[in-house]
Amino acid sequence: MTMEFSEHIKTANVDDVVLKLPLRPALKGTLCVTAHHLVFSERKEEGSYQLLLLLRSVDAIEKRMTGLSGSSGTIVIKCKDLRILQFDIPGMEECLNVASSIEALSSLESVTELYPFFHRPRELSLSEPWGLSSPQQQYAQTERLWDRWRLSKVNRNFSVCMSYPRTVIVPCAIDDITLAKAASFRQGGRFPVLCYYHRSNGMVIMRSSQPMTGANRKRCREDELLLQAAIDESEMGYIIDTRSAQQAQQARMAGGGFESKAFYHHWRRLHRHLERGKVLQESLIKLVEACGDPSQNMDRWLSKLENSKWLSHVHSALSTAGLVAECVERDGHSVLVHGFEGTDTTLLVTSLAQLILDPASRTFRGFLQLLEREWVQAGHPFRQRCAHSAHSHARLRQECPAFLLLLDATWQLGRQFPLALEFSEVLLLRLAQDAYASDYGTFLCSSEQERCALQVKENTHCLFQFLLRREEREKYVNPLYEATDLAIWPSVHPQSLQLWTGLFLRWTEYAQTMDEAREEIWTIVKERKETDRPKGCAHTTLSRHDSFTNVENLMDELTVL
Amino acid sequence: NKHVIRGKSGVEQVKLLDRFNNKTTTGTLYLTATHLIFVESNVPGAHEIWILHHHIASVEKLSLTTSGCPLLIQCRNFRVVHFVVPRERDCHDVYSSLLRLLRPVSYDELYAFSYNPKQNEQQREVGWQLIDLTAEFERLGLPCDQWQLSDVNRDYKVCETYPRDLYVPITASKPIIVGSSKFRSKGRFPVLTYFYQEKKAAVCRCSQPLSGFSARCLEDEHMLQAISKANHNSRFVYVMDTRPKLNALANRAAGKGYENEDNYSNIRFQFVGIENIHVMRASLQKLLEVVGTRSLSVNDYLLGLESSGWLRHIKAIVDAAIFLTKAVTVEGASVLVHCSDGWDRTAQVCALGALLMDPYYRTLKGFMVLIEKEWISFGHKFADRCDQLDGDPREVSPVFTQFLDCVWQLMEQFPQAFEFSEWFLIQLHEHVHSCQFGNFLGNSQRQREELQLKDRTYSLWAHLLSEQHNYLNPVYSPSFAERHPVLEPSTQPWNFKFWRNMYHQFDRTMHPRQSILKHTLTLKESNSKLEDTAHTLQAVSSYLLSSPLRCTNTPLQSLSSLHDSSPDAPDGNGGERTVEGSSATENGYGELQSSFSSKNEPAMVSLEFGVARMTC
Repeated sequence: MTMEFSEHIKTANVDDVVLKLPLRPALKGTLCVTAHHLVFSERKEEGSYQLLLLLRSVDAIEKRMTGLSGSSGTIVIKCKDLRILQFDIPGMEECLNVASSIEALSSLESVTELYPFFHRPRELSLSEPWGLSSPQQQYAQTERLWDRWRLSKVNRNFSVCMSYPRTVIVPCAIDDITLAKAASFRQGGRFPVLCYYHRSNGMVIMRSSQPMTGANRKRCREDELLLQAAIDESEMGYIIDTRSAQQAQQARMAGGGFESKAFYHHWRRLHRHLERGKVLQESLIKLVEACGDPSQNMDRWLSKLENSKWLSHVHSALSTAGLVAECVERDGHSVLVHGFEGTDTTLLVTSLAQLILDPASRTFRGFLQLLEREWVQAGHPFRQRCAHSAHSHARLRQECPAFLLLLDATWQLGRQFPLALEFSEVLLLRLAQDAYASDYGTFLCSSEQERCALQVKENTHCLFQFLLRREEREKYVNPLYEATDLAIWPSVHPQSLQLWTGLFLRWTEYAQTMDEAREEIWTIVKERKETDRPKGCAHTTLSRHDSFTNVENLMDELTVL
Repeated sequence: NKHVIRGKSGVEQVKLLDRFNNKTTTGTLYLTATHLIFVESNVPGAHEIWILHHHIASVEKLSLTTSGCPLLIQCRNFRVVHFVVPRERDCHDVYSSLLRLLRPVSYDELYAFSYNPKQNEQQREVGWQLIDLTAEFERLGLPCDQWQLSDVNRDYKVCETYPRDLYVPITASKPIIVGSSKFRSKGRFPVLTYFYQEKKAAVCRCSQPLSGFSARCLEDEHMLQAISKANHNSRFVYVMDTRPKLNALANRAAGKGYENEDNYSNIRFQFVGIENIHVMRASLQKLLEVVGTRSLSVNDYLLGLESSGWLRHIKAIVDAAIFLTKAVTVEGASVLVHCSDGWDRTAQVCALGALLMDPYYRTLKGFMVLIEKEWISFGHKFADRCDQLDGDPREVSPVFTQFLDCVWQLMEQFPQAFEFSEWFLIQLHEHVHSCQFGNFLGNSQRQREELQLKDRTYSLWAHLLSEQHNYLNPVYSPSFAERHPVLEPSTQPWNFKFWRNMYHQFDRTMHPRQSILKHTLTLKESNSKLEDTAHTLQAVSSYLLSSPLRCTNTPLQSLSSLHDSSPDAPDGNGGERTVEGSSATENGYGELQSSFSSKNEPAMVSLEFGVARMTC
């Protein structure tokens, strides 16, 4: 333990602490504060319970004095994964010490002090590859890209765009000098780059940030050329702007703006307003609050659920992604997606559209690659966005649950197409947890540049690589998976969208009974699988899948699972 | 036997509009004595819609448009179809024929009396004997040392809406029964409906007492005393008035009311607060209005769900059933349940309570027994509530639908507890309104006997049992029942959900896209015993898909509803690369204009494409 950490720990061990976890009887034991963890061990001879809580996952901490003349204290810990724990600690001083240690250690500022830099499990080695793919690999694997698109290293020093990776895919016709000029016309230098190539018709999805047209309607020939080069002379493309038309207009006053029809003849702009930033964060807070109140009646619950607007955001995300996919697949047009910075809702829309269109992104590895490409490498500022979750009392800065919204929308896709995704809800829950606090380095930092500067890849383990290890992978796969080449168009009727109870009611009695039920259902599935096997001959793989379908169907109709 | 519509066999070039998107289908409309049939034209394996006249709740002719005359048909099974008939005259013909056909005035006109599933007399008879209530009471251990079968209502003289066979405490003599019945609305005196053997506690049901502001009836007080005495485990009996207190108070002015605790020794009186049939009717209507809205936003959906109050009412019934269950199984007390007449809310609460207490009722056959007992035999007024004959619209109310909804909510919480799936509930709902079988016709057992239903119609139970493989729950676990004989559902508000598969059973764009047909197939494959039936079903399916027109009085009618609600139905637009019926057009993420020729400045266009328009 380095000096800096031990400074924060005034009381390392407290005995006779009572731990109250949701849905469990209270436990008595020893609480121990370490540099990165809170460790609780039940004092019992056999089969004692141990809790290892990553301090980084503490979202908020409340303390109050209890007992006669404040002789003992209670600490309530609200975690970023929405779990709430309570510790009853004998001794006021111990209680205050523990609380202040947790406060300090859960909000360490420096990235390199965080646990991923210290996590050294025996079975992993730092020399193993970090990450799943790179733009180079993506390019190399898509032969049909080659005649039209090239890899550019214009950003090799992160000098053109701080938040882009070193290499990006751009039209062949555009040289690096033009790219650099186009970048200077886009907010944060995020010039239009390719993120998806649709094999069946050669159309693409690109993303960028807003053009900096400003109040004087500035234009940039290089930017216009870049977009023109992405499509044929005779073709037309769509720009899906994730802001309302009014917001786009107003953005001009702040130096931003939108692509004017006059200068981008072959592009048609559509506005689809998606909420972002603070509005989304507040929505999450309201939803979590509603889910945490067991005393309310039916009407109050529905009204709070409505008032949180969370499902509306899920709806907007899915229908905008549906629109993008529709442009590409049905109408045969290429699409550019952007909002303001192009680091949040833009990524939400492009990644969901790919899930709808691209069977490769629906596999276990493909989905992780999608997240790596569209979120990690594309520069979603995880560090700011996931600094706090729904319980924090800290003043909101740049927190925004855009990534959580992506996971929720993906879950909805999984509900509607129970056979189409190779991964299960369990993976989504794991990602929701790790995006906020993790043993792994994957979601650290906000850009590739930052990751390079802090040597994240050299000094931490990669979550995605870890999840793909065989023994881990098994926990997260969807046994019903049946690959399909087809697009999966989600229904966006409000009646078709559901509250993601697995996430938001994860720690309630409700979720527990459902978990039990699900476990039993899986047991049956496995049993069936095994009883099927000896009989063998008559049963093809397909029919075995069908017997899962059965169960999944039921679960589907149970909507809650 | 198609009806000829003004010299033609069918009306051609009729457009069917989807109510949630811009999709239209063109086809021909036929009218038979029992069905309205729409057949899609010029498509191999054409889509067909069969609508039973009895299912039609309303037909509306909307004002003329350029493409023709719109005809809006709303069905009791929540199907809504919107036709556009090219010629006004044809539209009027269909409209007036339907008006004539959909309001039968006598029982003889109902489908059940002409429906013929090609069974002989013996099969018919066997069908009617499948569910036997005497055997059911035997199963409950009755009669026993405290409860006896009474013949007081042998000839329906004491209470004409009760069944003949009634179980009462052995200490309740005939004069007490008769006296009590005179003090109860419609003569519905307290009788046993379920017996919890483990604690010897009884669930009894009745109607409200005619107590007014101060009236008493010694026989009725004796009756309750007798019920209390029959249970040695508890010194008192609960009296559950399932109405809101205010309603019960108001009834006093009409000479009715509720039990005064001072007059009855050893009772514990409790109001439960389930609203009446009129509130429920309005609530469902509001709900259907909300979910039937085109381009409904998520917020309006949730607000509408709240303001309809539907889930609140569902929760109130479940809450009442839980109260009943706890009183009986935990406290070991007997409970007397009533509302006003004791045939709506009382049936809901007693039936749901029994379902929570006794795993038998969670089996397919047990559920039939439960419905036969609590609903059919005890005189839930199916004819009035389901509007079987042209009657008083104020008597119509979705009381039974609500019960099925409550059962579904329990199935959601206890996926392994029920032998049957939600399709069974949906099928029951279908047939409560179809009037295709005799079981649910009329308002009481007496009336059913007068109609000689057992000789003139067929039993739904036989039909459902014959195709039970369609309704089985694949993860049903009898061992779950052993571990949880009594279900204890959670009543947190988030456990109560909108039952999409019921209220949108015909709106296939709303459902999960990968499922149902496979589901059925799987069921067969996973259970080798059912293999034979599987082949039959498959044959039946293809038969239905290819040429159902030939069988007008099809015994397979019920199956077609499974087909219609199946998202796996063959997709018309074969060229599109999509997964099983999911389609971008149907979802309408936005109105993409296929051509760029429009000269509008995009910014202007986008204003029109507001967020609100994204969900067509």
